[in-house]
Order: sequence, then structure tokens, then C-alpha cells
Amino acid sequence: MTGIQIFGVSLIDAAVVGSMFAVALAILLAMWRLIRGPTVPDRILALDTLNVTAIAELMLLGVHLRTAIYFEAALIIAMLGFVTTVVLSKYVIRRDIVE
Amino acid sequence: MNTLLANAIEIWLVFLLAVGSTFILIGAFSLVRLSEFFKRLHGPTKASTLGVGCILATSVGYHALAGSDPQPRELLITAFLFITAPISAHLMAKAALSLRMDERPQLPGVSEEDTHVPPRPDGRDDEQFPGPK
Repeated sequence: MTGIQIFGVSLIDAAVVGSMFAVALAILLAMWRLIRGPTVPDRILALDTLNVTAIAELMLLGVHLRTAIYFEAALIIAMLGFVTTVVLSKYVIRRDIVE
Repeated sequence: MNTLLANAIEIWLVFLLAVGSTFILIGAFSLVRLSEFFKRLHGPTKASTLGVGCILATSVGYHALAGSDPQPRELLITAFLFITAPISAHLMAKAALSLRMDERPQLPGVSEEDTHVPPRPDGRDDEQFPGPK
């Protein structure tokens, strides 16, 4: 796809690469909270944020490589991330998962 | 004329990318910067709905424009995240409430403002989830 060119580079490709860097910075910030976090709910929240940012980074990689094959991986990450958050929170609340 | 339409769609996709990555970055930054857990819970929920929603809309538009994937399958992930984000945030808030952080002693070397936890709004014990003994 040719599209709009700026300084010899396709505009949307440059925007996708910039967004990948921004989302990677967000992943690093969430990992800092995961390591540092003073309480257990902080770490659960950091894991949930890592899941969400991993979905965004994966879809941006799919746009960058012009393939739709990463869609299934992102969907599985979304489902497993939700189940992980629910199970970890339930373990903190009740100290038991299957009652 | 077709080229003009493609250029307009491309500029719109770049705008969506900028909005989405900005929201994701603000969400992660608020996760690091804010002072206590119930304030930190705000940011990442916005990142997971608005930020990832914009980026998935960009992916739908780009694959439709480039012809690599004509079906908008990414909207499934958007719908799933819109359904599950409030549920997981609610459960994390309940987990943080059940730990009773307002009754814990002060950590050494930490100022009062950094670890202040507001008391429960109703002022009574949570009998439904009786916390760890």
C-alpha cells in the first residue's frame, strides 16, 4: 500500500512503529508496578494491564507485518487474561479458588 | 477520487492510532504515578477500553484498506474487553477491600500521604467476604 508519503516513508507505517514504541513503554511501566507493587491487588492490576497492552502490541505487530494471523493469539490472550484476573482476585478474597 | 478517499481513511487511521497509544500510555503512567490502589485502579481500565478499542479499530481499517483481511474480526476482542473490563475491575476492588489495608500498621520509611487508605464508606465490617484471619 503506497498511501501518503512523508520524508520518503509511508505515513501510516511510521505511525504504527511510533505506536509500538509507546505501547512498549506502557508495558515497561506496568512491569515496574508488577515488581514494585506494595500489595497483592497492585500486582494483579499490573498483570491485567500487561495483558491489555500485550493485546494492543500484538495487533500493532499484525498491522506492521500486514498479516491477520495474530488475531487468534490476541483473542486467546484476552480470554486467558480475564480468567487470570478473576481467579487471582477470588483467591485474594476467599483464600480458595474452587469451593 | 478513489485515491482521495484512501488518503482520508489513512489520515483517520493515523489519528486513531495517536489517540489509542496516548490513552494506553496515560493508563500505564497513572498505574506508576498515583499514590494508592483505589486511585491506581482508574487509569488501566480507561486504557483497556478506549486505548485498545482505538487500536483495534485501526487494525480493522488497515486490513480492510490493504485487503489482507476483509472481515472485521478484531471487533470481537473489543466487545470482549468492553464486557470484561468492569467485571475484573470490580473484583480487584473487592479483593483490595477484603485485605483491610486501612487497619494495617504503617510501613517503616513511608510517609503518611503515600499509604493513606480511606476508611470504609459504611463504617461496618464486610460480612460477606470475611477476609484472611
